[in-house]
Amino acid sequence: MVTIFFFIFAVTALVSAVLMITYKNPVYSALFLILTFFSLAGMYFLLEAQFIAIVQIIVYAGAIMVLFLFVMMLLNLRQETRLPIGRPFQVALGSIFALILLIQLFFIVKVGLTVSKFGAFPPEKINKIGSVQVIGGELFTNYLFPFEAASILLLVGIIGAIILGRKKLPNEM
Amino acid sequence: MEQAGYAFVDILIVLAKVIVVIGINLLMVMILTLGERRIAGFIQDRYGPNRVGPQGMLQPVADGVKFFFKEEVIPSKAEKVIYVLAPALVLGPALLTFAVIPFGGPLSVVGKEIQLQIAELNVGILYIFALLSLSVYGLVLGGWASNSKYPLMGGLRSAAQMVSYEISMGLAVIGIIMITGSLRLSDVVMHQNELLFGFLPHWNIFLQPLGFIIFIVAAYAETNRVPFDLPEAEPELVGGYHTEYSSMKFASFMMGEYIALITSSALMTTLYFGGWDFPYVDESSLGIWGVLLSIIAFAVKTGFFLFLYLWVRWTLPRFRYDQLMGLGWKVMIPLALFNIIITGVVMSLL
Repeated sequence: MVTIFFFIFAVTALVSAVLMITYKNPVYSALFLILTFFSLAGMYFLLEAQFIAIVQIIVYAGAIMVLFLFVMMLLNLRQETRLPIGRPFQVALGSIFALILLIQLFFIVKVGLTVSKFGAFPPEKINKIGSVQVIGGELFTNYLFPFEAASILLLVGIIGAIILGRKKLPNEM
Repeated sequence: MEQAGYAFVDILIVLAKVIVVIGINLLMVMILTLGERRIAGFIQDRYGPNRVGPQGMLQPVADGVKFFFKEEVIPSKAEKVIYVLAPALVLGPALLTFAVIPFGGPLSVVGKEIQLQIAELNVGILYIFALLSLSVYGLVLGGWASNSKYPLMGGLRSAAQMVSYEISMGLAVIGIIMITGSLRLSDVVMHQNELLFGFLPHWNIFLQPLGFIIFIVAAYAETNRVPFDLPEAEPELVGGYHTEYSSMKFASFMMGEYIALITSSALMTTLYFGGWDFPYVDESSLGIWGVLLSIIAFAVKTGFFLFLYLWVRWTLPRFRYDQLMGLGWKVMIPLALFNIIITGVVMSLL
């Protein structure tokens, strides 16, 4: 049962990711990206990570992609204007990065096969405590510093957006 | 998955709950379409539709038949696939949201305890917010795919408005999560079942009055109702995002909106007014009558909030767009943050 669902989600994620890149109309691309996010959320559900799955939908599909669509519609993009591909430097650089990513993935999968399937929090334990409680507990104890650092990073981002977006005062013109 | 060993009876029970909930939702939509116009008539001192059937009771049926037989027009320059998809994207999330709301106390039949709730998720509140954040897609895409200026404006407005008010709504509910210590809606209801200081019902409205005000304002904005119905403001935008829709596609938009009204009323009941709790009565000691009482309590409370939606619509004027955004970002979000701080301080002192 889980395997069947895994393949459904995996195929949907891959196909819609490819369609997202190849589609000419950016709005359709965005919609396929949303579909990819949904398939990923489905996979998290299969892994019993309900919190991550729901947050994946709330944050990526519900907030970020809405803003993407908002901007696309504001600019009313219908057809993508394509730059001619084939600049040798970019193609070469892109291929190198893709290759590095592939090798990394290969190693991650290999490591994942050798070490035990679950870490400190197997699904039974998470279900007993509740996935939100587990993540909250970890974030505010073991990972407090990275958590706070990330929040400061977001704050800096917000301040940057305000500075870029605010009206210029008359004496600054 | 843990539920792999589902018995046949369990599947039947879930199926029955799904059918009953969707059926009642659709029935309520019919009642609301009539109720809205009759109450408008009452408030504005005129009749409203009262010709079809006794007191106009069959008006929704007549409207439904009319929707089915209207010509379906797809604008020639519309993005056809998305244009057709958009009404479904409004209706789908709206129908799914009710799945986690408990609508009655636990019912025990021949030694089997049945929860009157379709799905018990341990991230129930987040599930609702996930669907809420998806409901904007139908409006935005419908507005864009029509390829026409008024729907596009309506779609853009709805995107900005719903993203803004989602934040204050989420922050308002954090107060409740802090008090309850759980994201399950059944826990939220059980937590409100006792008495506060021995005489008040232990409803969250008494513990989170500010949270409730923020929540109800945000809910009105999320459901695009007056005073925040800017995405479909008819004097400015003709009909907003659904201007170019006709026939059953238009009806799907309408149904999606009304179901969102029902769900958000049910949510206000569940989060702030004790859910199915009938105050001063211990439902579990009354057996089947207690269950019935709890369902009636839930229905009456939800009905009140539905009436409030209609009442407000014919009472308040519409906000201007900059006022709407100003209220959302400069008033509601700071207030919601303040509410979280107050809740935290009070909880740590007690």
